[in-house]
Amino acid sequence: MNVPNSFRTGPDENGHFGIFGGRFVAETLMPNILELDAAYQAAKADPSYRQEMDAGLKHYVGRPSPLYLAERLTEHLGGARIYLKREELNHTGSHKVNNVLGQILLARRMGKSRIIAETGAGQHGVATATLCARYGLQCVVYMGAVDVARQAPNVFRMKMLGAEVVPVQSGSRTLKDAMNEALRDWVTNVRDTFYCIGTVAGPHPYPAMVRDFQSVIGNETREQILEAEGRLPDSVIACIGGGSNAMGLFHPFLDDPSVKIIGVEAAGHGLASGQHAASLTGGRPGVLHGNRTYLLMDDDGQIAEAHSISAGLDYPGIGPEHSWLHDIGRATYISATDEEALAAFQLLSRLEGIIPALEPAHALAKVIEIAPTLPKEHLMVVSLSGRGDKDIPQVAEILGSRL
Amino acid sequence: MTRTPTRLTHRFKACAAEGRAALVTFITAGDPDLATSQAILNALPGAGADVIELGVPFTDPMADGPAIQAGGLRALKGGQTLAKTIAMVRAFRATDDATPIVLMGYYNPIYIYGVDRFLADAIAAGVDGVIVVDLPPEEDRELCLPALAAGLDFIRLATPTTDDKRLPTVLANTAGFVYYVSITGITGSATPDPSAVTGAVARIKQHTDLPVAVGFGVRTPEQAAAIASGADGVVVGSALVDAVRASLDGEGNATAGTVEAVTSLVRSLAQAVRGVGRQAAE
Repeated sequence: MNVPNSFRTGPDENGHFGIFGGRFVAETLMPNILELDAAYQAAKADPSYRQEMDAGLKHYVGRPSPLYLAERLTEHLGGARIYLKREELNHTGSHKVNNVLGQILLARRMGKSRIIAETGAGQHGVATATLCARYGLQCVVYMGAVDVARQAPNVFRMKMLGAEVVPVQSGSRTLKDAMNEALRDWVTNVRDTFYCIGTVAGPHPYPAMVRDFQSVIGNETREQILEAEGRLPDSVIACIGGGSNAMGLFHPFLDDPSVKIIGVEAAGHGLASGQHAASLTGGRPGVLHGNRTYLLMDDDGQIAEAHSISAGLDYPGIGPEHSWLHDIGRATYISATDEEALAAFQLLSRLEGIIPALEPAHALAKVIEIAPTLPKEHLMVVSLSGRGDKDIPQVAEILGSRL
Repeated sequence: MTRTPTRLTHRFKACAAEGRAALVTFITAGDPDLATSQAILNALPGAGADVIELGVPFTDPMADGPAIQAGGLRALKGGQTLAKTIAMVRAFRATDDATPIVLMGYYNPIYIYGVDRFLADAIAAGVDGVIVVDLPPEEDRELCLPALAAGLDFIRLATPTTDDKRLPTVLANTAGFVYYVSITGITGSATPDPSAVTGAVARIKQHTDLPVAVGFGVRTPEQAAAIASGADGVVVGSALVDAVRASLDGEGNATAGTVEAVTSLVRSLAQAVRGVGRQAAE
């Protein structure tokens, strides 16, 4: 495979990252997809859009988020110097709001009055409901019925914010089915509705657009680590469901060969069990939800049900740019099990006084494994993509007998 | 584009010569089980189906409503695969070499089967065309162009959101017929407005000589007749899949009445379509 001069120029005009990406959607949606692409290109070139974004990120989201040296975790692990990129301190409690702000401002420019979204853990749904409340837009959030049950606090938050939460009963009743249902809504209400996708997946331009909005994570990290340490990190690491917080952290470092890039997928009960959500490790290229990417499926091309303790990682696919980075070898993708994530969840809580969401707990689980093997001068940045408040009832139930 | 006339071309011409629209019937392959589904397929022409769309089940049918979603899940639960669906066509062709069959579904099962292998096997089995919902013209290199080169019709969906500017793009590499989606929505979700449909068909016909069939939401003989008066074909799908569902026993298994439940509805639809002449929309 040809290795490009820059890893940051994709996608091409048709939305392809190598063989991945594209626009695999029903004809009804194509005019909208093309309209969205044109509107996004126009917005990117408009300084007033950038100013509106910057003001929102600063005054409403609360950016920049801190880059925090986790001293006790570093000491405990006895190896690499570990920094946490504190995305959990954003308004609404995760990185999701970075992207939603960009899309909602775009929807307003396009004159769309109704916003739909899919959500897994509920973080994207909460962020969308929040900005719809802020701008007075109608909001409908599709959420798998299984996830509605295990993420009750976020369901209540969305309702409190004025959103309608639709529990999805089809298929495996998790994130992929919520996305199917959101796409069905969009096909039906295509003229007045803006589909606010929560991750770096879907038909072009979503993977590139969401990445652009999330790149604020990596851009800030770059400035902050240069200020703190006078040099770039040696490694950056993030969890991956669809992969938006990871892509946001990774993208600004793709052309710095000294920076090792590590994505952590959810291994569920273990890769050998078949019950996991590790698309890159356990899947193969296929076409779903508007893009070609690595997917979990059977030999007939039927999509498999993913499994993860974390509702936000419980998706049988991954953003197409990650698939490309995986195939060309610029990023390394590994996985963490439910058990490992639960252990990391507790360790960070006790050592740093930060309760992480179960999603970044997967990245932390691999930090616990890797950091001790690295020298003390190794600088490692972990994306702490969300806070664990939403997971408290679920974790309490699991740990109930052990605490 | 000069192409050898296919069963689809012959059939639409024959219906036009009778002064009527073609009845296009959709069933899901393998629903509720392989043997019953084969029996339904084999009985469709006798009941009055002019063209058959055979749905290829997929776990994530993003453009389909609850009826066809459920039919696909029933088929998958019964072990249906793309290979078995192609084999159903081969079995059908042993007794019927005239009725066109179009496979309709989503791209991933075909992509995983392998495009070249799929085209070879489908053509050898007697498949006449494919409709792949999630392959718009922007992705023509995936399957559309190889299918056309291999001699398989690639039937495109045109929708109410396909404006005059985009229509030529949509029609460019279309063969067999054009499938006009009569509503903005998923299959079986709303009732099309016949007068709006007639206008839309006329608009499409300004850009193509291909027959235009209309579907998504046509459920009853009355609706079929109303649509048939202004189009070259009328597609009925969700209603037939619902008829399968309604005939099942408490465990979801086929009953003695399952095949008849579908064919009796097809007979009344065929009667309705044959009862109305085709308006001169050309």
